[in-house]
Amino acid sequence: MMALGYAFLYLPIVSVIVYSFSGSDRATTWGGFSLQWYAALARNEQILEAAQRSLIIAAISATAAVALGTASGLALSRFGKFPGRGILSLMNSAPMVMPDVMLGLSSLLLFVGLQQLFGWPERGMTTITLAHITLTACYVTVVVRSRMTSMDASLEEAAMDLGAKPWRVFFVITLPLIAPALLAGWLLAFTLSLDDLVIASFASGPGSTTLPMLVYSKVKLGVTPEINALTTIIVVLVAIGVSVAGVLMHRRERKLARSES
Amino acid sequence: MLWLALFFCVPFLIVLKISFAQSVFGQVPPYTPLLETAENGATTLRLHAANYAALLADPLYVAAYLKSLLFAGVSTLCCLLLGYPIAYGIARAPRLWRLLLLVLVILPFWTSSLLRTYALIGLLRANGWLSQTLAGLGVLEPGQAVLHSNLAVYIGITYNYLPFMILPLAATLIRLDFTLLEAAADLGAKPWQAFRRVTLPLSFPGILAGSLLVFIPAVGEFVIPDVLGGPDALTIGRVLWTEFFTNRDWPLSAAIAVAMLLLIVLPTLLFEYIENRVDKGRRVAREAQS
Repeated sequence: MMALGYAFLYLPIVSVIVYSFSGSDRATTWGGFSLQWYAALARNEQILEAAQRSLIIAAISATAAVALGTASGLALSRFGKFPGRGILSLMNSAPMVMPDVMLGLSSLLLFVGLQQLFGWPERGMTTITLAHITLTACYVTVVVRSRMTSMDASLEEAAMDLGAKPWRVFFVITLPLIAPALLAGWLLAFTLSLDDLVIASFASGPGSTTLPMLVYSKVKLGVTPEINALTTIIVVLVAIGVSVAGVLMHRRERKLARSES
Repeated sequence: MLWLALFFCVPFLIVLKISFAQSVFGQVPPYTPLLETAENGATTLRLHAANYAALLADPLYVAAYLKSLLFAGVSTLCCLLLGYPIAYGIARAPRLWRLLLLVLVILPFWTSSLLRTYALIGLLRANGWLSQTLAGLGVLEPGQAVLHSNLAVYIGITYNYLPFMILPLAATLIRLDFTLLEAAADLGAKPWQAFRRVTLPLSFPGILAGSLLVFIPAVGEFVIPDVLGGPDALTIGRVLWTEFFTNRDWPLSAAIAVAMLLLIVLPTLLFEYIENRVDKGRRVAREAQS
């Protein structure tokens, strides 16, 4: 039963990877081993440009989301009861469960309203990035918050007792301790932003097509084998990224465990 | 810190507020909705309920709504049935295996859901493995595809959201005290009985969390029904998308969004919030007792 479940999870991905090496023009018939679709992908400037745009947006929004998410994660787990805590907490879970179409629409309406009032922001990469920050910061908050609550607060208190100022405590004690969570949060935010089609479609303007938007239009037109190659590359990159992060985190935990004992 | 937290919170508040405001106030013919209509310098609030009336009057929207609920409900059930054994297996696995199995569940989640949906197309089309297997079993006629049918949407949503079900389930099952099961067995319970009377009730929080995580986004899902479903797989997410991008009717799509929020998201969020409160209250009470 379990094997069946895992097969269900991986069968589609594996079949795409297999067919990405197919020499046939059709996406689902096998035509001998070939790298032609990778070559075609490397020549396709439209895709490359969109991929570059997506990567930039993802990197910026992930970084900003980590900064904001850390702040609110810290506030939610360390400041005890403060006015608006319940609202902040609710606010945080809202974008995670809310359907994408709603988030996309509401952020677009905000941007249009802002543009009418202040003439900023121009719809395009900026608005996509802003919308993505809103979405991904919530996920980072959850990651940071769970790390903080499972962490012993006495280290921070000790530093405080020894006369360290709050900022110093944060940078010298808290930040290194939650670093693995920050890394995980960054990666999560990065992939979420890279993946998002719906919100980006709403928030984008002319000339700011992201990779998922391009893939979507291609998929709607019919299956193109190039997308097989693209999927394979992304899956491999993600697998590498996740394993590197996993190994790093594992090592850190071990080191911490050793230094504590 | 707190300041920053609020700073991040406010834009979202505005977004929420505007998603309400626009649809209630605005109904200006061109597709730029205005918050307030200015006439000779005087600002007046114009309340237009026409969008909401249209939502109720046109059976298309109600049907799309019900269809979304059906898709999401059935898929959530599929996720639960498929995910429970996996989560159970993960929870009972030895420590190192458990980690590996968990990573294997999360890994597909890290890749794009659009690309995973696309990956399904290959399996579901007429000459794909699944369609051919089903044709071989006599369920489908030869040459017929699963793609562009309701079944394809169920498969798509289940496939995409399965990790969201497995993770909270596994988390609760790992924490579950398995000596309780041994105790049940010692007291003469058969495995099935023990599962039904002990494991299942104790894993209920995980079931609930997983179901919410799958159900709510699935109701608003746009990509999966659009790519995998047929033209009749008209979900509320798809309707919103068409109203917005094809018909350019911004106020109406905003009204759809608000209706969606009021009907599913808000109740569940409130429910979760209240439950957290109750939980906290119980904990406080317990601490006070001891």
